[in-house]
Amino acid sequence: MNRKLWDFHGGIHPPENKAQSTREPIVRPPLPSRLVLPLQQHIGQSSQCLVKAGQKVLKGQLIAAPDGYVSLAMHAPTSGTVIDITSAPVPHPSGLTDRCIIIEPDGLDKWVPHSGISDYTRAEPERLLQIIRESGIAGLGGAGFPTSVKLNPSEEVTIRTLIINAVECEPYITADDMLMREHASEVIQGIMIIAHILKPESIQIGIEDNKSEAIESLKNAIATHDREQSIELVVIPTKYPSGGEKQLIQVLTGCEVPNGGIPADIGIVCQNVGTAAAVYRAIIKGEPLIYRVTTFTGEALGQPRNLEVLIGTPVNELLEFCDLNDSELNRLIMGGPMMGFSLLSDSVPVIKTTNCILASTEAEIPLPPPEQACIRCGMCETVCPASLLPQQLYWHAKSKDYDKAINHNLLDCIECGACTYVCPSNIPLVQYYRHAKGEIRMLEHEHTRSDHSRQRFEMRIKRLEQEAAAREEKKKARQQAAAKASAARNKASNNQGAKAAVIQAALERTRAKKTRLATDSKSSVNRAEPEPETKTVTGSDNRENT
Amino acid sequence: MSILSAILILLALALVFGTILGFAAIRFKVEEDPIVDQIDNLMPQTQCGQCGYPGCRPYSEAIANGDAINKCPPGGEATIHALADLLGREFIPLDSESGEETPKTVAYIREDECIGCTKCIQACPVDAILGAAKQMHTVIIDECTGCDLCVEPCPVDCIDMLPVEVTAKDWYWEAPELPRVGIIATDRNPAGKPSASEGRAA
Repeated sequence: MNRKLWDFHGGIHPPENKAQSTREPIVRPPLPSRLVLPLQQHIGQSSQCLVKAGQKVLKGQLIAAPDGYVSLAMHAPTSGTVIDITSAPVPHPSGLTDRCIIIEPDGLDKWVPHSGISDYTRAEPERLLQIIRESGIAGLGGAGFPTSVKLNPSEEVTIRTLIINAVECEPYITADDMLMREHASEVIQGIMIIAHILKPESIQIGIEDNKSEAIESLKNAIATHDREQSIELVVIPTKYPSGGEKQLIQVLTGCEVPNGGIPADIGIVCQNVGTAAAVYRAIIKGEPLIYRVTTFTGEALGQPRNLEVLIGTPVNELLEFCDLNDSELNRLIMGGPMMGFSLLSDSVPVIKTTNCILASTEAEIPLPPPEQACIRCGMCETVCPASLLPQQLYWHAKSKDYDKAINHNLLDCIECGACTYVCPSNIPLVQYYRHAKGEIRMLEHEHTRSDHSRQRFEMRIKRLEQEAAAREEKKKARQQAAAKASAARNKASNNQGAKAAVIQAALERTRAKKTRLATDSKSSVNRAEPEPETKTVTGSDNRENT
Repeated sequence: MSILSAILILLALALVFGTILGFAAIRFKVEEDPIVDQIDNLMPQTQCGQCGYPGCRPYSEAIANGDAINKCPPGGEATIHALADLLGREFIPLDSESGEETPKTVAYIREDECIGCTKCIQACPVDAILGAAKQMHTVIIDECTGCDLCVEPCPVDCIDMLPVEVTAKDWYWEAPELPRVGIIATDRNPAGKPSASEGRAA
């Protein structure tokens, strides 16, 4: 194939270790004794539980509904009884527990009535998106972003290119590889459904050149299903992490996703092959996403292979099915050796994003030797696929100088682990970055919280002031009313005083008359004197009353 | 003559610039020191008063007037760092007189014991307690800043400060352990792992 390919900066070539798990075909393990379905197994809002303990459910029945736009529906992977809705350990690097629906299978595996659309080409894209949303399909490549959201880009962008990610660059993982070998026609038909929804100008499947069998079967499937030959199968050189969304886009198109943006900003949508197969099953067969292919590998397993696992199956039952050698097991890793995380408990379930369980022996993946000082060799910079400066990020992350780390584009780090892989001083660089990213997120969250608190505090102060003002107002009104009342009383008492004065004056006059009659004028003046005194006393009394 | 014209020109210039400055002083008048807003922006807004001032804004004003930047326990080191950056001052560790940096807490009312006195409601600076006289009160956990101010006024001591639980959603990776100092080549066995000879003996 004579097609121009681009390259991305850096990258590494770790031992692939993929052959162990591709010797056997995909096997369907027996029904587990119980299924544990975390309500949060993807990016976005956790799902809303629709069932109660004790309720009987059928295979494919909706048990949790999406709660918001970026949220997923969840379905019962087999028929049985909901025995509990409780906190249980979930597959998360923290090892914390979260709310899970626990189902005990009844062994009948009885389907809920369902039917698919035989001819999707005549269906409206909106209708197909609706089915994808109702089927609870998440990106099966790793992050678990709801597929219906990704396939419904905003009106402002036109999608020119649909890229199907069949790279699977991480060592040990072969789930997509085996899926393509055995179910290539499902994958291709799924891709054509997605293309029918998005209507891109070109469809490209990116696949690494170490998967020759998968490439063959994809070619055959394209020949059978895609009569117009619109799908282009692009074989790219094997290099880790060319399966990263941004890296694959760069290899295939030469375009870079802008800082802080998403591929849709440059007219590209990326989907994983597993997701395409899930879309096929949802549209054509009417089956929601209730199982996935997961790689079980590592030297602690007697039979490393790929399993078609019901979502929610506890990992320990599957390990047993693959002949786990318990004494050999050193570390149980979910995901690959580069980007996965150690599981603290083996009772956690397989979720929609679980592509690999790696049961490693100590010799296979030893604990990292102790960290030593950075010698500024610059090897991390030469391998960084995002063209960052890992060493600078390390210094800034370590000294908690997050502003500088952000300025050095810490948030563009894809946490692929290439820098840690090559570091001669065994510095756990990615852990520093993950911690710094978490702190930055937490600080941002706290800042919005404190803004919110400030707002509430200011509103409270305002409210208290208003209340105080209202009280003051009332007091004033009361005072005025009282003043009025007292004034009225005063007036009344003044009137009384005046009357009294008149009476007094009349009395005086009569007395004066009498005294004049008695011909002593001086004594009448003396008697008149006490009169003003009584007046002032009544006046002061009034003032006290108010 | 030339001296006179020079003086006149300078006078004219002084008049022009004086007018511009005078106009600017009125037009672009700043009521308050804008630095206070910037400082207040960095405060955790718990309004807890552990700094000795009646709220975050008064403390911000005090800092702008030269008070120490290490009196805010809820903000902790992160706030001190941010303040040091903003004000160009040296980082100083948290003042132990004000308190210690503790994990985040929220108030929790033991509702059976609540007598409905509304004293905690009056104390809460962010209106995060719901209730009425002689009715049971409860805390709106999402709004609670964990300032402790409601604990003191409660006459029956029914308010507990409980640590905020970490959920899978807001958990994030811990920082790697700092390397041991003075490591030499023969120490490079992974920590906590028995050496080969010990393993064989056991």
